[in-house]
Amino acid sequence: MSSLATNIRVVRALGLRSIRQTFRRPQLIAPIIVFPTLLLAIQTGGAGGAVELPGFPPVQSFLQFMLAGAMMQALMLAGNSGGIALAVDIEMGFTDRLFAAPIPRFAIVLGRLAGTAALGLFAALWFLAIGLIFGAEIESGVPGALLAIFLVTTAAMAVGGIGAAIALRTGSASVVQGLFPLVLVVLFVSSAFFPVDLMIEPAKTIAEYNPLSLVVEGIREPIIAEIDAADTLYAVLAILGIVVFGLLLSARALRHRLRVG
Amino acid sequence: MPAIAAEKLERAFEEVLAVQGIDIAVEEGEIFGFLGPNGAGKTTTVRMLTTLLLPTGGSATVAGHDVVGEARAVRSSIGVALQEAALDPLMTGRELIRLQATLQGIPTAEGRRRADDLLERVDLVAAADRRVGTYSGGMQRRLDLAAALVHEPRVLFLDEPTTGLDPVSRKTIWEEVRTLNDEGTTVFLTTQYLEEADQLADNVGIIDSGRIVAEGTPERLKAEIGHPHIQLHIADGSVARAEEVCARIGKLLPPKDGRTVLVEVESGAADIPRVVRALDEAGIAVESLELMRPTLDDVFVAKTGYHLEEEDAKEDGEAVEA
Repeated sequence: MSSLATNIRVVRALGLRSIRQTFRRPQLIAPIIVFPTLLLAIQTGGAGGAVELPGFPPVQSFLQFMLAGAMMQALMLAGNSGGIALAVDIEMGFTDRLFAAPIPRFAIVLGRLAGTAALGLFAALWFLAIGLIFGAEIESGVPGALLAIFLVTTAAMAVGGIGAAIALRTGSASVVQGLFPLVLVVLFVSSAFFPVDLMIEPAKTIAEYNPLSLVVEGIREPIIAEIDAADTLYAVLAILGIVVFGLLLSARALRHRLRVG
Repeated sequence: MPAIAAEKLERAFEEVLAVQGIDIAVEEGEIFGFLGPNGAGKTTTVRMLTTLLLPTGGSATVAGHDVVGEARAVRSSIGVALQEAALDPLMTGRELIRLQATLQGIPTAEGRRRADDLLERVDLVAAADRRVGTYSGGMQRRLDLAAALVHEPRVLFLDEPTTGLDPVSRKTIWEEVRTLNDEGTTVFLTTQYLEEADQLADNVGIIDSGRIVAEGTPERLKAEIGHPHIQLHIADGSVARAEEVCARIGKLLPPKDGRTVLVEVESGAADIPRVVRALDEAGIAVESLELMRPTLDDVFVAKTGYHLEEEDAKEDGEAVEA
């Protein structure tokens, strides 16, 4: 078997382990699904009239608009959960088992990210299902749904890279868990829950430059309208940017961890 | 070529020199016992030899590969069971060994076969599909050992494999280590238990404060610090006379109390009849008699100035107080 095939097997095995680990530890899966679902229910129930505001993008319903935000929140929490799980592995010494194996050490990070991507996929399917059950249509049909799923999955992996880097650097699950409020803050200063055009300064400017807004819009566009090539491209570029940033940070943190032991 | 060779191996953590330029040579097929108290540098040394930690000085090879320049080749040749069994409590025993097989590049079908064989070998077949979190300490150690063996490593590192285990579990691990060694595996075993090193190791290295203070076979180390001695409990009033008699046979050692005579003898058991006969002829009643041989603890005391197990007990006490 070639070295590449062996490495793919290793990443797949570690990815499967990370998925199993998440589903066997309720405190990791619950926030990814329960929290965004509750927030979605509260917001659509309490602020549904927002769609009537002048300047609000044309949508079928507030639920249809909010689906992308809920997915974004879930994928960010998936990245955070992936970081917590990796930090737990470090704390209990499980990563030593992996570091002592003849595999490229970056495969350990990629295995974790594969698991995080699977959680992103699960979250995308969950919220699309909720949307469809409660009457939100996917305006661009199956291709649009597939595009949204693809973007959520890859974005989960991208955010997971940052979570993994923090876990590798600190080796502390409580530090990674402590970033949870920050995840929400970053999300609230994006267009996840409200159109940028209706925001007031300085939130509006921050949201305009927040790369998460590009990702959200890329996910939202095929849900509320036809697929927009420019929005999709910006979303893919933003995800790529986060991937590169996260992986560079992870590589650096990995080197640090091996140096300090 | 030695299975493990370290030359002036050193590791500093900022200002603290945890391992201070140690030399180690472990031959193929040997069990090397690395003995020392908590914080002596045993685990740091193991982490460097298993490529988990970069040395800050010196060099080391394992299975003929440099631990820094050929780390991946080292990792292919070694099995590692670290101090705290590095197990995921959410995985089952079978899943863990299969994962370990994948990490070692073993094809899926072969990995499954080896997992089944190893689970049987360490007597965990019945618990194989239970989550590791439900295992006892002894079961976890056995599983950890099985996982370390999945790729049939040339060199096996066991970092305090029996710490915290009950005597029965400890003996089970010892038997497994002996069997592995009989099959040709070189074993590098760190321990803070004197008996463990004495029972298992062909050669022992004693480390204290990051330096190796003694190295050799347990027998040689013990012989170096003195001959066996006979401890006699004498009836009241006869101790001084008993000392006079014994001084003609061997060298008197400082007594433990007013009723004990300690005499160092050349040959050990063979000298007992001479001592008993001489005392009997002098009309001195012996209440009890015991042949004492130097232990690794005596070696440890001679080399470091303190008892290994006293040190551990003190640290345990401090930990409880903290």
